[in-house]
Amino acid sequence: MAKTTIPEEEFAFPGSTGCPGCGANLVMRYLLKGLGERTIVSIPACCWAVMPGYWPSNCLKVPILYTAFEATGAAISGLRAALDVKGIEDVTVVGFAGDGGTVDIGLQAMSGAAERRTDAIYVMYDNEAYMNTGIQRSGSTPWGAWTTTTPVGNTHDYKHESKKDIMTIMQAHRIPYAATVSPAFPEDFIKKVEKAKKIKGFRFLHALSPCPPGWRTNPKLTIEVARLAVDTRIFPLYEMEQGRVHITRKGKGLPIIDYLKVQGRFQHLTEPEISSMQKAVDDSWIMLLLKESSGT
Amino acid sequence: MRMVMTGNYASAYGAKLARAEVIAAYPITPQTSIVEKLAEFVSTGELKAKFIPVESEHSAMAACIAAQTAGARTYTATSSHGLTLMHEVLIWASGARLPIVMTNVSRAMAPPWSVWVDHMDSVAQRDTGWLQFYCQSNQEVLDTIIMAYKICESGGVMLPAMIIEDAFILSHTSEPVDVPEQEVVDSFLPAYSPELKIEVGKAMGFGSLVKPDQYMEFRYKAMLGMKEAHDRILRVEQEFKHIFAREHGGLLERYRCEDAEAVLVAAGSVAATAKDVVDALRDKGMKVGLARMRTFRPFPQEEIRAIASKVDGMAVLDRSYTFGAAGAMFTEVKASAYSGQKRPIVKNYIAGLGGRDITPKILERIFEDILVFTKRGEESDVEWVDVAGLPRKWR
Repeated sequence: MAKTTIPEEEFAFPGSTGCPGCGANLVMRYLLKGLGERTIVSIPACCWAVMPGYWPSNCLKVPILYTAFEATGAAISGLRAALDVKGIEDVTVVGFAGDGGTVDIGLQAMSGAAERRTDAIYVMYDNEAYMNTGIQRSGSTPWGAWTTTTPVGNTHDYKHESKKDIMTIMQAHRIPYAATVSPAFPEDFIKKVEKAKKIKGFRFLHALSPCPPGWRTNPKLTIEVARLAVDTRIFPLYEMEQGRVHITRKGKGLPIIDYLKVQGRFQHLTEPEISSMQKAVDDSWIMLLLKESSGT
Repeated sequence: MRMVMTGNYASAYGAKLARAEVIAAYPITPQTSIVEKLAEFVSTGELKAKFIPVESEHSAMAACIAAQTAGARTYTATSSHGLTLMHEVLIWASGARLPIVMTNVSRAMAPPWSVWVDHMDSVAQRDTGWLQFYCQSNQEVLDTIIMAYKICESGGVMLPAMIIEDAFILSHTSEPVDVPEQEVVDSFLPAYSPELKIEVGKAMGFGSLVKPDQYMEFRYKAMLGMKEAHDRILRVEQEFKHIFAREHGGLLERYRCEDAEAVLVAAGSVAATAKDVVDALRDKGMKVGLARMRTFRPFPQEEIRAIASKVDGMAVLDRSYTFGAAGAMFTEVKASAYSGQKRPIVKNYIAGLGGRDITPKILERIFEDILVFTKRGEESDVEWVDVAGLPRKWR
C-alpha cells in the first residue's frame, strides 16, 4: 500500500460539537495537519465558533481568537501586527470563516486585509448558507437551492440568484495564492495548505464544506457529495498563483444531476431548470479552462 | 518640553509617549490629524509601532482587540459615526478585558450632517464597558492618555478607556502643552505585560461560547473592574502629580463648590468657560460653583452625592439628549444625588448640540435659572437652551 502524504499528527480532536457528517470538521482537521502547531486561528460567528466546545474547552490544539461576525479580516490584521511588533515571525495567522462571514458580512474586512497584503491565510469553509443559524440563504448559496429563507413554497421561490464567485473576487485582489480545496481530496487539500504556508502575504483557501442538515443529505454521504461536486465540475479544484490559474483535478465531468439528486435542497428543480443549471456549470468550466490556458 | 499644539496632536503625542505598539485607524473628520501625526511618527521611526490603515472603524477596533489579545499595547482614534460604527466591538473590547486606549473627538451625529462638537456619540457608548474621560484642555488630553494606560492595565481593572476631546474646540485649537520626556513617562508607565495573551503552545480559546451558568460571572467581574477603576483613577493621578506636578481633578473636578448654593455639572471644554462664569458671578456675590464631570464612566457617584448633600440646586448641562427621557448625565446625576439624605433641586439644560457655542451669557442664565428654580420650582426640569422658537429667556 502506498504511503499516505497526509501528516499523521492531529491538531483537531474529538469533542467538536459539529453535526454528524460535518464537512467543516474535516476542513479544519486537514487545514491544521498542513499548518502544524505554530498557528493561531481567528474564528468569527459561524458553526466553528461553537464547535470547539464550551469555555474553557477547546477541541483544537491551537489557540483560537474568536471575533465578531464581520471582523475576521481585521482580527488577522491585528494578530499579525502584534506578532510582527514582538518579532515573532514563525507563526501562521489564520482566519477561518464561513461563507456568510466571508462573501456577505465579512467581505469588507476580508477585502481590506487582502488589499493590505496582510501576511495571513484566510480560509472560507463554504457550506453554502447560514448554517449555524439554521439554513438561511447567503450570497454563497447556489442558484436553485432551497433554504429556510428561500423556501420554494407554492411559488417556486428557491434561490434565484447565482452564487457569488469568491475566487474571482480574490483574483481581482491580486493576492499571491488562492486555491479551492475539498475534504474529499485530502492529498490535494494538504498540498495546497503546505504551499500556502510557505508563501508570504494574503493567501486564500475556498473549502467546499458539505452540510448534511442544510443540504438535506445523508451524513454518511458527505465525502461522496464533496467528490461529486468536483466530478460534476460544480466545484473544480484549482489554484491561482499570482493570479495564474492551474487546475489541480479536472474531475470526471459527470452530469450535475448526479450531484443534485443526492441532496434534498435541490429536489424541487424541474428538468428544464436542471438543464439551465448544467449549462451554467459547463460555461463556468470552459471559462476556467480558458483562464488556465491563457495564463490569467 | 513646552510646545504649542492642537488637542489632536496632544492625543498623538500621548499615544507616542505611551509607546503604543499597534495603531489601527480609519480617517474621520475631525480626528484625522491624530492618525496622520502617528503615521508620521511611525514612518520616521520615532515610534516603533505597526500602523494598520484599516478600511473601517469597525475593523480598527477589531484589529486593536486582536493585537491587544496578542499582548501588544494598542491605540486608535475616531469620532462620531466612526465611534458608533464601532459599537459592537467596543462591547467586545471590554468583555475581553482589554485595556485599549482610544481618543474620541466628540462630534454630532447625522442627519443632518454636522462635524462640530456634541457628546451624543460618546454618551451613546456609556453601556459598552469603557472608561470615559471628558477633557477640558489639550494638556489634559495628553496626560490622560498616558494615565489611562496605567489605570486600565492594572490587573484589577483590565478595561478599555475612551479619551474624549471636543471637536474643533480642542481638536483643532492650539494651546501650550507640556510634553514630558520619554524617560520620565517610561518610569511612570511600564511596558504592557498582561497575565494572559494568545500565543502558540497554549491552546486556549479567547472569547469562547459559555453557558448561562458561566456568563454572569464574566459580567460580574467586569463590574468589579469598573469599580476598581474608581480608586485606581485617583491613585494613578496622585502618582502622576508626584512626577509631573499637575493634576486634572480625578473623576469629578470641583471648582469653588465649597460654600456654593448652586453647582453646575458639565463635561468637556465648556467647563473652562464655566469656570470664568463662576468667577464673574462670585464677584457679584452669587454662591455658585462648577463640578466638572471628568469621567462619565466610572460614574462619580460618591462625589456627586457629596456635593448634593451641601447644595440647594444642581444644574446639569448635557451636550446630548436621550430622546424620550432627558440628558443622560442629568438622569444619572439626579439618581446619585437623590440616593443621599439631602435632596437638592436638580435641573437639566440641553445646550451646545452640533457645535452651537455655549457662551458665557448662556451659562450665566443657567446659573441664574437654577438659583430661581431652586427657590420657586417650575414646570419642566429639562430645559433646551438657545433654540429658535423657545421663550426669549433662552434665546
